[in-house]
Amino acid sequence: MAKFLPKNKTLEELERPGIYPGHLACAGCGATPATQMIREIFGKNCIFVVPAGCYTIIDGAWPYSSSGVPFLHCAFETAAATASGIKAGLNALGQNDTQVVAIAGDGGTFDIGFQALSAAAERNEDIFYFCYDNEAYMNTGIQRSSATPLYAATTTTPAQTPKLQPKKDMGFVMAGHRVPYFATATLAFHEDLKEKIKKAKEIKGFRMIHYFSSCPTGWKADSRHMVALTRLAVESRVFPLYEIFHGERWVINQNPPQTPVEKYFELQGRYKHLSPEQKAVIQKEADKNWQRLTKLAAGFN
Amino acid sequence: MPKTDEQDKKGTGATFPKKMEPVPIVITGNQAVAWGAFLAKTQVISAYPITPQTTIIEALAELMPKADWPYRFMTVESEHSAMASLIGSSMAAARSFTATSSQGLLLMHELLHWASGARLPIVMANVNRAIAAPWCLWSDQQDSLSQRDTGWAQIYCATAQEALDAVILSFRVAEEIHLPFMIVLDAFTLSHTAEAVLIPSPEQVREFLPPYKPPFKLDVNEPRAFGGLPKPEFYEAVRQRLDRDLKKAESAWTSAQASWRDLTGRGLEAVETYCLEKDTEVAIIASGAAGQTAHAAVDRMREASLKAGLVIVRMFRPFPSSRLREVLAGIPKIEVVDRAFSWGHKGIWTESIQSAFYSLKEDERPKIYGYITGMGGVDITVKTFEWIVRHAISRSEPEPETVWAHDIKENTRGKVLAKK
Repeated sequence: MAKFLPKNKTLEELERPGIYPGHLACAGCGATPATQMIREIFGKNCIFVVPAGCYTIIDGAWPYSSSGVPFLHCAFETAAATASGIKAGLNALGQNDTQVVAIAGDGGTFDIGFQALSAAAERNEDIFYFCYDNEAYMNTGIQRSSATPLYAATTTTPAQTPKLQPKKDMGFVMAGHRVPYFATATLAFHEDLKEKIKKAKEIKGFRMIHYFSSCPTGWKADSRHMVALTRLAVESRVFPLYEIFHGERWVINQNPPQTPVEKYFELQGRYKHLSPEQKAVIQKEADKNWQRLTKLAAGFN
Repeated sequence: MPKTDEQDKKGTGATFPKKMEPVPIVITGNQAVAWGAFLAKTQVISAYPITPQTTIIEALAELMPKADWPYRFMTVESEHSAMASLIGSSMAAARSFTATSSQGLLLMHELLHWASGARLPIVMANVNRAIAAPWCLWSDQQDSLSQRDTGWAQIYCATAQEALDAVILSFRVAEEIHLPFMIVLDAFTLSHTAEAVLIPSPEQVREFLPPYKPPFKLDVNEPRAFGGLPKPEFYEAVRQRLDRDLKKAESAWTSAQASWRDLTGRGLEAVETYCLEKDTEVAIIASGAAGQTAHAAVDRMREASLKAGLVIVRMFRPFPSSRLREVLAGIPKIEVVDRAFSWGHKGIWTESIQSAFYSLKEDERPKIYGYITGMGGVDITVKTFEWIVRHAISRSEPEPETVWAHDIKENTRGKVLAKK
């Protein structure tokens, strides 16, 4: 059990609410700036729950922790269940205003933790679930997940036999659960991200942000291109930014002029092998998804 | 029998007695467990239904709304999430309880290790049910004994009263040593069989079991990280402490049950003996509801001049080795009745008993005979015990392999299948 703070200084005294320097994220990792923002917005009265994944390492090895709030490591598939349990415990102890924040990668969210996630969403547990999605099992060395996009190369779907299935659509999944709040976000649109975290803090019940999290290691890209890449993902409509309220009201937050998906691929080694035909298929998929999204955002009247 | 509030429709007895002093009501083993968890003022319950455990959480669903303290009753989507959520609630310092059985317990396995490693005093009732494949609904101990090495204390109950008392005792000891407790009761013979049970008064339980106040918890005013990756040397030291502290459970249990006896007149010793006399030739070792049958069997055998005795072992982990060596000193033959197997090796109780006696000098070591019976609900009768006692008495040395009781010549039960 690690004590976080040097005895002489508190977080407030350092005037830097957020995670501490000395965390173990790679340069260019998208998870830490987002967690920094969560810490700033949620303040001290929150508890982090983190399953196996990059953030297990990022926070720091015992006896160190860079988060500045109570931090519970939990089993890979249990983030949503453990977070629900903490909330239940806090309720039983009358500490109802303490927020519980699960921070999980795409593996812990889309795959192994999916059952617990779905169940917590269905029960409308009063927790904030933050998924940093870097589109593969990056912590174990870049293996495919169900969040890995079509034709992307990973170590288990190498370039000669890339992934043949499109990315699981978490927005649709969560809309089907009628959760009070679901949003996608990414680093390049940080004001948008900040607003969404603020909303997530205020809403009661199950809240989820699906955060497109840059990963230079797994994407085989230069860390200096990470912000540009997350912007291109939005502009190319590979990763649109939107919100869903109660599974019913869909809102598109960013609608920049469309960039061809090719622009987004150029800077990433994981797409280096793509043929013109494959690029065309992905372009078509992105266009179709965008169309579907605009129709949903137009409402059901 | 004293009157209780109007009984609910299901007749679960899930109503509080009007009189506050202990009164007996007729309830099943499962309802007794639920009463135990209710009287212990459990703060978070999280569970998933499985036959034959389900009536525990059904009874709790009826009992808990009568609680005069804040609680949460979570109906999760799997046993895995039940244990995961209790790891969360217990980390937040709430007294946490669940119940399961068979496949459900196996699904929890990963998190059983997690709960003990995280030093959380979660209490769980496991209703002993055989495990698949093939499907089986009836009782044996394969589910719980397969969790032998998870760092949980295990208490095997023989009556509904014991099950109720064991829940309350388990919370007290678990919170003292900071480790989880599994109380175990047989499917149907205990879980679904009604008997008269004395419900302790809330005052008695309050005196015995103070509110849970752990030294460390998820506390926003004192933020700490729990479960982070330590260096190998620290990891090893933490694992050593787990063993050291789990072993403390035996003496902690002994003194807790003594206080419970002072309070209620009922003790619940880790090891109970019957008819261990100077002349005892064979001591039966049994656990769970079978222990009660063995008790009756010993009476019958003594009438027939068979010099049998009995040890009912309630505590399987930590294993009460020295206590067993003490109570069985001088008994030439021990026969262990197992209802679970370590496949490719031997009966699981047999293995533990043998290792407990191996430290003795060879000439002081009793002969240890291992028998398997009652798998998947095969009925264990007074006769079963007679057959195996006669079998042991007639042989000066134990068989090299564990003996399946249905293979004993006089036993006709299960013969058809054995032939095939």
